[in-house]
Amino acid sequence: MTADFILKPIVAFAGPLDQFEIVPIFPFGAEGLDLAFTNSSLWMMISVIVACLFMFYATRSPQLVPGRMQAAGEMLYQFVSDMLRGVTGNDGMKFFPYIFTLFLFILMCNMLGLWPTIPGLPHELHTFTPTSHIIVTLALALLTISIVIITGFAQNGLGFLKLFAPSGVPLPMLFLIVPIEIISFLSRPLSLAIRLFANMFAGHLILKLFAGFVVSLAGVGGLITGLAIFPLLGNVAIFLLEILVAFLQAYIFAILSCMYLADALHPDH
Amino acid sequence: MLILSTIAVAAAETAESSGTLPQFNMDTYASQLFWLAVFFGVMFWAMSTIFLPKLGGIIEERRNRLADDYDKAAEFKAQAEEAEAAYHQSLADAKAKAASIAAETRAQLDEEIAAMQAETEEKLNARLSAAEASINEMQAEAAAKVQEAAVETTQALVEALINETPPADKVTAAIAAVNS
Repeated sequence: MTADFILKPIVAFAGPLDQFEIVPIFPFGAEGLDLAFTNSSLWMMISVIVACLFMFYATRSPQLVPGRMQAAGEMLYQFVSDMLRGVTGNDGMKFFPYIFTLFLFILMCNMLGLWPTIPGLPHELHTFTPTSHIIVTLALALLTISIVIITGFAQNGLGFLKLFAPSGVPLPMLFLIVPIEIISFLSRPLSLAIRLFANMFAGHLILKLFAGFVVSLAGVGGLITGLAIFPLLGNVAIFLLEILVAFLQAYIFAILSCMYLADALHPDH
Repeated sequence: MLILSTIAVAAAETAESSGTLPQFNMDTYASQLFWLAVFFGVMFWAMSTIFLPKLGGIIEERRNRLADDYDKAAEFKAQAEEAEAAYHQSLADAKAKAASIAAETRAQLDEEIAAMQAETEEKLNARLSAAEASINEMQAEAAAKVQEAAVETTQALVEALINETPPADKVTAAIAAVNS
């Protein structure tokens, strides 16, 4: 069957978890410390290049009446700055470059990771989503929390600890509230990291599983081949959903970072 | 639910094959963290030093320009209003001046007319009284002449009758007695 001829190599290759495999491209690093440039590094690099190219074309010839690219860049700029200003107020604007980079980096990683792999490429060049790895999202979350802690103590001194004891709570309640607040503060980086990682991971997993159903059903032959249309349509719908999720998760990560930074600036809210 | 069941399926599959998710293979962590730091750092540097200041600058400039234009427009509007007020003021002034000139002229004319009337009246009165006086004089003169003529006639009549001329004062008295 012709279908088999086309589909077999892909079927043989595609386990649903293979897409998350880290594959080295160039070896790098010292003895005992493997810093190889991998497919993950490659897609981080592509994301950064695309983001920078976009910003380059948006700012190439800045004009009072913006062109198309400049208008798009300004829209992104205003979107992030409105988000940050809305949550932290004007004194939070010093974090604008960080939040902007964070949002755009995660958005690009999420979005570009949805790009379908061109068939026939070797594994190290398959499309990869760096944000589907918990170590990456955890690192970004810890970076945000580190900034929060450093800014919090630098701006408020020990007053930053008021964050754990909301004003107006009666003293007996504090014995209950303070541990809860501490636990919630400590769980912030974890929830940030796991939310982004799990969404990316699950989305890509479902896409690949449904694609696997399409291939399996199509490979059966006879009338059953026709049933392959259902997981295919399902995959189309999920793909559209994943585009939304890719944007939404970048937005959620950025706005939660803004809220935590607001805590650092005004712990006695 | 779908997500959970999918992960369960995937996990089961993984357990059969390699034993662990690629995400939990710690051998790759160092490389991922290193390159994340490199690329995130590069991107942060590029955004914060090149692209964002440029984009922020042009947005700021536009905002200032708009504010300037608004200010200018407000200034022009104020000027126009000022000019309008000045125009209305001068119009009102001119009207008031015209009215006062008219009133003044009218008063002057009235005065002149009154003066001329009075003068004319005076002249007429003078002439009238002069005429009356001359009439009275002429009447008196005529009366005197009549008296004289009557006296002379009476003397001539008496002389012709008795050939004796009566004295004038007796004749006059006699005539006065007749007249009364």
